[in-house]
Amino acid sequence: MSSHATPGENRTKPHLLAHSPRDNVAVAVIEGLSADTAAFGVITEDDSTFEVHVRHDIPIGHKVALVDLKAGDTAIKYGQDIGKIVKDVARGEHVHVQNLKTKRW
Amino acid sequence: MTSQEMASPLVGGAPDQFTTAALGATRASADTKSATFMGWRRENGRVGVRNHVVLLPLDDLSNAACEAVANTIKGTMALPHAYGRLQFGEDLNVFFRTLIGIGSNPNVAAVVVIGIEDQWTNRIVEGIAKTGKPVVGFGIEGHGDIATIAKASYQAKRFVQWATELPREECPISDLWISTKCGESDTTTGLSSCPTVGNLYDKLIPQGIYGVFGETSEITGAEHLCRERAATPEVADKWYKMWKAYQDDVIEAHKTDDLSDSQPTKGNILGGLSTIEEKALGNLEKIGHDSHYIDALEPAEAPAKGPGLYYMDTSSAAAECVTLMAAAGYVVHTFPTGQGNVIGNPIVPVIKITGNPRTVRTMGEHIDVDVSGVLTREMTIPQAGDALIDMVVRTANGRLTAAESLGHREFVMTKLYRSA
Repeated sequence: MSSHATPGENRTKPHLLAHSPRDNVAVAVIEGLSADTAAFGVITEDDSTFEVHVRHDIPIGHKVALVDLKAGDTAIKYGQDIGKIVKDVARGEHVHVQNLKTKRW
Repeated sequence: MTSQEMASPLVGGAPDQFTTAALGATRASADTKSATFMGWRRENGRVGVRNHVVLLPLDDLSNAACEAVANTIKGTMALPHAYGRLQFGEDLNVFFRTLIGIGSNPNVAAVVVIGIEDQWTNRIVEGIAKTGKPVVGFGIEGHGDIATIAKASYQAKRFVQWATELPREECPISDLWISTKCGESDTTTGLSSCPTVGNLYDKLIPQGIYGVFGETSEITGAEHLCRERAATPEVADKWYKMWKAYQDDVIEAHKTDDLSDSQPTKGNILGGLSTIEEKALGNLEKIGHDSHYIDALEPAEAPAKGPGLYYMDTSSAAAECVTLMAAAGYVVHTFPTGQGNVIGNPIVPVIKITGNPRTVRTMGEHIDVDVSGVLTREMTIPQAGDALIDMVVRTANGRLTAAESLGHREFVMTKLYRSA
């Protein structure tokens, strides 16, 4: 059951939420999203859905790569630049301070 | 209440589990145009939602006397703080503006000021007296603490007996001044609790309320979007100069190697925020989609361009920011949190909103509005905004916030530079 979203009254509780169709990362919005889950996601801007195979355990609130990202790429969230990828990260892997850094300061 | 709900008194529990059936029969959000609340209309026409009698120390040295009076005269409150000596220039201006502004806030019915000497004490008294509210000052020098405490106690007793008889009156929702600032943010704040506040502003700014947001350092990464939200090019330029000045004069001048060690904070990072840009974009969700800010205020400066949304140049530290907004005259604060910031303010009710289900579960006693349904797609942002509007009005009507009932009274001055 962990491999799929929980249906309920014509609604499906997402594992992941992204803000914009342009985003290349999405946020885990359930607790206990574990590695090797076929995660179900929703893009809040247009209510479209997506699936991504999550490769790491992702704590609630933490990000997952939606595409393969290379060092030097820009991470996009809210459809905006949120910093630079500093270490290659594959689709479904955890994106955080170990591979994403600010372009400021 | 079932025995099941009583089973774990040490676990936070969902907010609002004891909602009083007798109250809230009419939801303010159902018709924001004609919504009202019961407030205290002050001498200058502004409306307060609390009725505090405050013992206001001019300086750190006068905290003890103020606390002694507050301990003696029930129904009063002392506001101890750390500063007020040997400040000068703009730092002193911000200090006076903050103290006078706090005393002038319509949530305060009457004020007793105590200072080490008479001159600056009287400056505070005269500043607050412009509102027309009762205010008296006492200097300690030449009298000592004990005589000062005795004189101030007689006065505080008269004030509290007068204030507690003041009636509330029905006021339109447009009389509310509602500030916002988030804290212990995580990625859920940008998805749920911050857009909830944005939705409140989208619905209530057109009804004529005053709003304000700030957190200058935390706009970094979203400054291009924030600049576009100014009402005029002049306001945009004024705002941009404030933001740039902080970058140049403070961050560039004082940074060591990596500011990301404190911004995002350790709590932010634990909650999944990786960079200041990501934090800033979530932060800016608080101003919604429709409003444009009509002025960029100095710290603790009262808005003077009529109803609407304002920006204030503030620190992103919660207590400093909320204190400055209270000093500017705002009477209710909306505070989105992700990981669970517990801040309150002595004179302004701070309403906590979270969308993080773990925070609701583990520290629910700090949360006033649970919008975790936004993450499960069981609640829309407009529904969450309505829930917040209802809680703002219930709070204005007298419901104590989580922070008030837990005794959070963080009163923190903004200090611009070292004292002389």
